[in-house]
Amino acid sequence: MSAPVIELTGITKSFGPVDVLKGVNLVVHPGKVTALVGDNGAGKSTLIKGLAGVQPYDHGTVLFEGQEVQLTTPRQASALGIEVVYQDLALCENLDIVQNMFLGREEISQLTLDESNMEFAAVKALESLSVKTVKSVRQKVSSLSGGQRQTVAIARTVLRDAKVVILDEPTAALGVAQTEQVLNLVRRLADKGIAVVIISHNLIDVFKVADDIAVLYLGNMVAQLKTSETNHNDVIGYITGIKGSKETK
Amino acid sequence: MSEKLALNTGHEGSTRDQLASYFSRLKSGDMGPLPAVGAAILLMVLFSLLSNVFLTPINLTNLLVQSATLIMLTSALVFVILLAEIDLSAGVTFGTGMAIFVKLNQSSPNTWILNLLLAFVFGVAVGWFMGFFVAKIGVPSFVISLALYLAFPGVMLIILGEGGILTLQVPEVMAIMNGTMPLWAGWLLLAICLGVTAAMSLWDRSRRLKANLPVRPLTLLAMKLGGIAVIGAVIVQICNIDRRQGGLLNTSSPGYHPIQGMPIVVPFVVVILFICTFMLDRTRYGRHLYAVGGNPEAARRAGIKVAKIRMTAFIICSTLAMIAGVFNVSRIGNVESGAGKSIVLEGVAAAVVGGVSLFGGRGRLAYAALGAFVISTIDNGLGLLGVPAGLNFIITGSVLLVAATIDALARKRAGGSLVR
Ligand SMILES: Nc1ncnc2c1ncn2[C@@H]1O[C@H](COP(=O)(O)OP(=O)(O)OP(=O)(O)O)[C@@H](O)[C@H]1O
Ligand SMILES: [Mg+2]
Repeated sequence: MSAPVIELTGITKSFGPVDVLKGVNLVVHPGKVTALVGDNGAGKSTLIKGLAGVQPYDHGTVLFEGQEVQLTTPRQASALGIEVVYQDLALCENLDIVQNMFLGREEISQLTLDESNMEFAAVKALESLSVKTVKSVRQKVSSLSGGQRQTVAIARTVLRDAKVVILDEPTAALGVAQTEQVLNLVRRLADKGIAVVIISHNLIDVFKVADDIAVLYLGNMVAQLKTSETNHNDVIGYITGIKGSKETK
Repeated sequence: MSEKLALNTGHEGSTRDQLASYFSRLKSGDMGPLPAVGAAILLMVLFSLLSNVFLTPINLTNLLVQSATLIMLTSALVFVILLAEIDLSAGVTFGTGMAIFVKLNQSSPNTWILNLLLAFVFGVAVGWFMGFFVAKIGVPSFVISLALYLAFPGVMLIILGEGGILTLQVPEVMAIMNGTMPLWAGWLLLAICLGVTAAMSLWDRSRRLKANLPVRPLTLLAMKLGGIAVIGAVIVQICNIDRRQGGLLNTSSPGYHPIQGMPIVVPFVVVILFICTFMLDRTRYGRHLYAVGGNPEAARRAGIKVAKIRMTAFIICSTLAMIAGVFNVSRIGNVESGAGKSIVLEGVAAAVVGGVSLFGGRGRLAYAALGAFVISTIDNGLGLLGVPAGLNFIITGSVLLVAATIDALARKRAGGSLVR
């Protein structure tokens, strides 16, 4: 197996007296989809926010491509190539797809916005993810469906040359067909060599798309399993705490 | 065009395809400037039927000049309205700035340029002050601008002293609204407008071709230029007719000299609108302004400095408002305490008539300017008909309500908007 892109060891995080993460280990590989599962309040979002640099960890080491790094601001995370797609997506509905994909990183040439090159790059990024359902890349985001918006948010990370893409419940609000689309997209993202971390409460989706499954239980990483070597019941056991801690590397 | 792209960009297809997709957008409720254009045409037809003065060159030129102030003020407001903010004080800010200007002129008339500059410094300072309260402290812009709206007439009264009114004595500034250009200058202005429009379109086109993107047929550009040429030529021609003819003086009498030519204010307005549109459409700043107006949280996460955008929008608004103030004082010839108090609401109305959303992020400057022209036409026409001022206000208010309703219904039908 390829060298991990992210290795977390002994991560802790407390909010006052509440210990939310109690020494968490996690390994994320490039080209693989790692599902992060766990009950409500298990600490999934807290773990992710640390990686995104928005809410730094208290203790523990973060290795990025083998090097120890500090993740204390979103800028640092994004400079390393760690991109997060939050559940609310953070798109501007009044702007079109291209404008959203380049938001905050607009290209300039001849002193003005380089619309042509941005448009071309956006088309290529969507093409590389086999996105076909949007009518035009100059469509306003307000006219897109939920799945299409998710697609735009994910494609944006491709444009940014992300090495790690973290998705917080990307399918939570989607119907069957659109969920299928987004899961396919997640798969293609990994096939491009990107490490994908996906938070989901839907185990069917998780088994469909993930290579690895990491289970958090009350702030402890109780298991990191290969999807091919486990089953629903096992995972549910870990999530609910019926089964004990078993860490696999 | 080389390879075929996997996705459409909205530039594909023949002239016919492009027109068809334009009409289907219209049908789905994305009407752009059409309501404002329709209103302008309707009003002009209506007033020309009701008054035999409306279509005379002197009145039409007058309307053009009259609308300049409101167009400027509306443009100023667009910058903050796009952020879903409001500046109720834009009018009294220019009033106060102009009060400072004429007051300073009283004591040192020779340094009028410097005095005018100071008025603009005042405008920038007011914008900065408001932006600071909105962006850094979090006071709603409605409240902070209302505070200034209430305070500034008092400031004007203090500056202007007992009489509460001072006259402008600077011929150069008076000329902006009252002077005319030589006949050829109007045609030159039109030629420049056409040239710049064509050059920008061809520039965009060459950039698209270089990036291997499909381009729209040139026929569309030709149609656009043709449209501008026809409308522009009519306006220039009307301005170039001798407005004095048919008046009291006989053209052959010895003291007679014709009043004709494009008002000097027109090139000012055209250039400022061009610069602002350029800024909004083609620069990073403009893009970020729309983004913050559409979804501030998304803009923040994309790394846009939201507070900075808000601050600068208020500064731009107050500065542009000051230009409206210069137009206003040039036209009226004096400044009285309370100057600019009522025009600001007309500015907001104009923006809405032009399709700029008060919820932020949607609307275009040029359309807002058109909205300002519509409101000015109402003022002008009703003035000619001798309608009492009270009725004038009521009608203007109703037009705003109708425009906003049409806009809301159209948006509802569109359920958001489609391809740009
Ligand atoms: N800023 C905070 N201050 C105090 N407590 C917090 C804070 N953020 C999270 N917590 C607590 O930490 C625990 C873990 O929260 P977290 O959001 O990481 O859970 P989660 O696994 O993402 O849950 P869910 O599936 O519901 O999204 C919860 O008990 C929560 O109340
Ligand atoms: Mg969560």
